[in-house]
Amino acid sequence: MKAAVLVFPGSNCDRDLAVAFRQAGCAVEMVWHKDTSLPDGVDIVGIPGGFSFGDYLRCGAIAARSPIIGALKSHVERGGHALGICNGFQVLVETGLLPGALIRNARLKFICRPVALTVETTSSDFTNAYTKGQTVTYPVAHHDGNYIASPDTLAALNDADRVAFRYRDNINGSAENIAGILSENRRVLGLMPHPERAADSALGGEDGADLFRSLAIAAVTA
Amino acid sequence: MKARVHIMLKAGVLDPQGEAIRHALGTLGFEGVAGVRQGKVIEIEIAATDEDAAKAEVARMCEALLANTVIESYTVEIL
Repeated sequence: MKAAVLVFPGSNCDRDLAVAFRQAGCAVEMVWHKDTSLPDGVDIVGIPGGFSFGDYLRCGAIAARSPIIGALKSHVERGGHALGICNGFQVLVETGLLPGALIRNARLKFICRPVALTVETTSSDFTNAYTKGQTVTYPVAHHDGNYIASPDTLAALNDADRVAFRYRDNINGSAENIAGILSENRRVLGLMPHPERAADSALGGEDGADLFRSLAIAAVTA
Repeated sequence: MKARVHIMLKAGVLDPQGEAIRHALGTLGFEGVAGVRQGKVIEIEIAATDEDAAKAEVARMCEALLANTVIESYTVEIL
């Protein structure tokens, strides 16, 4: 199983994400945003957290128009897996690979602390190691994590069981406490909290490690 | 030719920054501020000489990058 981690100017969770993938048994290659293709045989693309392009214009907006994004879209269209965390989630909504938008937190504060999340669905390669309704704790660190979408989009997400995680307490104003969502084919996950920062007992918990483990197994068999 | 783009959050999209400004204006003693919305202004120098063509080109830029039309609306004026 091979993972590619995209790196933009201002990415700062790229190496943490690579460590989490490696711990789950993946080979990892870092891919610079100016590249136009992914390495051969990539099963999953990780879009890391950080402040790509200094959050200029809108969070994730410039990164979402980078040269590498064409290859990401082709990978997803082929049915490949993609995982966008924090700024990576913002990039995924800016590309249109996931619906909705992420705007400034409702109370304007940068929120940086572990938060409790409910696993809403286990029907995905990202969440099948959890149990439905389980509480997991991942850290968040974001200023623009307030998820919004039209009522139709929210209904579609709910109807198709595509909300992967919800905040136990609504920390940032997100519609229906949404913290992470899946694509229609359930192979793209975007979430604001950081599972890669909770994937080692030395680093504030291991709740996130299961996400990478189940993903590694799924991508090998896919 | 110069184009000016105004980008605003669509009606109904919460604007926490606008709300913070509204509160601050109240603190400063400005009464009767019913609402504040904060947007962006982007000015673009463009080679086109035809006004309609320039406007259409800038509108394409808005759709492609400058605005997130999920949450934002935009207007283009040619200066």
